[in-house]
Amino acid sequence: MTDTGVRLQPKKKGLTRRQRRGLSRAVQYAVFAAAVIAFAVAADWGRLKNQFAQGSIAKQMFPEVITLALKNTVLYTLSGFVVGLVLGMVIALMRLSSVGPYRWVAGVYIEIFRGLPALLIFIFVGVAVPLAFPGTEIPGGTYGKVAIALGLVSAAYMAETIRAGIQAVPKGQTEAARSLGFSPARAMVSIIVPQAFRIILPPLTNELVLLFKDSSLVLFLGVTLEERELSKYGRDLASTTANSTPILVAGLCYLLVTIPLGYVVRRMESRSQEAIR
Amino acid sequence: MSSAEIQVRDLHKSFGDNHVLRGIDLEIGQGEVVCVIGPSGSGKSTLLRCVNLLEEPTKGQVFVGGTELTDPDVDIDAVRRRIGMVFQQFNLFPHLNVTENLTLPQRRVLGRDRATAARTAAENLARVGLAEKAQAYPSSLSGGQQQRVAIARALAMGPEVMLFDEPTSALDPELVGDVLAVMRRLAEEGMTMMVVTHEMTFAREVADRVVFMDGGVIVEEGSPGQVIGAPRHERTRHFLSRLLDPAMAEVEEEASDQVGKPGE
Repeated sequence: MTDTGVRLQPKKKGLTRRQRRGLSRAVQYAVFAAAVIAFAVAADWGRLKNQFAQGSIAKQMFPEVITLALKNTVLYTLSGFVVGLVLGMVIALMRLSSVGPYRWVAGVYIEIFRGLPALLIFIFVGVAVPLAFPGTEIPGGTYGKVAIALGLVSAAYMAETIRAGIQAVPKGQTEAARSLGFSPARAMVSIIVPQAFRIILPPLTNELVLLFKDSSLVLFLGVTLEERELSKYGRDLASTTANSTPILVAGLCYLLVTIPLGYVVRRMESRSQEAIR
Repeated sequence: MSSAEIQVRDLHKSFGDNHVLRGIDLEIGQGEVVCVIGPSGSGKSTLLRCVNLLEEPTKGQVFVGGTELTDPDVDIDAVRRRIGMVFQQFNLFPHLNVTENLTLPQRRVLGRDRATAARTAAENLARVGLAEKAQAYPSSLSGGQQQRVAIARALAMGPEVMLFDEPTSALDPELVGDVLAVMRRLAEEGMTMMVVTHEMTFAREVADRVVFMDGGVIVEEGSPGQVIGAPRHERTRHFLSRLLDPAMAEVEEEASDQVGKPGE
């Protein structure tokens, strides 16, 4: 604390700045403590435990919650991510194209799919498309539908991320590649895109986390028992047991993946910050 | 067609309203080392960049090794393989180590196999005195070392002509010597070189010919002794006096050097 600085100030009426700071801090702690105490007193702990943390029900979920539900969630997420990445890459390159119509199409795609709720796209892929084009079947059944729905949603975001990454690579890199005899396409593939992906690895991983959560929308597609992922599985079990413990367990399974991923992203971000310095 | 390795005819280049090159005619013979000097904004870097068409000339013709680069139907990538270019900012590929910086272009552009590319890379790294840095990443090298790697990368493609765009301007003063030594050796080996530089000592000792540019035109050219030692034009004398003895320059009216863009 800089006591000396305060003492040198001319005397003012009321509290000194230091006293005011102390008071403000005390009030904040007091409010927090009051809120915690109020919650602890008001909550019906027995009921809560009964409703959310029944050991027997939780135990009954294993190992299926991992081997089936989490596995399916991961599968849906990854397949959607791959589709989104490939489609996003194509759209990003179209967006940077020197051919006008490509740029327009890419721009329209991005505006549309960034603006629509993911749920709507799931319904569109799962219900509207089969109705509109009878006889056509999306390959891979539910897995295919989810991959396409998640891919369509994430491609719009990834396209913008990839475009920003490509544009963040210094112009000198393209010039060096071109002066060595690389064609524009080869320079892009061999020199620019690899560097762009280093830059956008953190935001892409964030996108993976978002997709991981969005995969819960599979719930609305109508899936078989074998195709259930975490949210659907948790909800089904919650209704058969008339207890919320499965929801809690499913939630913990999500966090099991998202928290480490978030940590990885922060690590990558701080590392790329250091690399810039 | 004359035997000139590089030939520039009535070259004009504008950036919008800014007429940077106003009719350049220049020939560089095989094995000749030409240094282009001049104040910043005089168009010398633009001229160099027009020679491998990194900048598209507004008007005029550029020939390298008898091929017209300004012909719209020319395979520019094929011609550029014969022209090495070294940049002020090195422009090494930061995601690749030194050896990969040298081998990737050989393999992707020239289609050389892995072993040949690696051998050529090692030879050229040795040539610039950096054989022991083969596995290092560019970010761990000093500016001088990066620039020597950049030279080796260009040489590994087996160019007939080398272009240098202020290769030592971004270096700390004590690192300039190593890069110039490599360039001097290259000149002695008979490489055709076009060098945009502020290093007057290098120009005086290594160049066969010095070209002084100002305001988008070539003001005078000739042997180093002539252009640097006994310049005929007032603009050349003025530039050289400021460059050789910056502390003696007088504060003057800005009107005299208001040509082109400020700072390159």
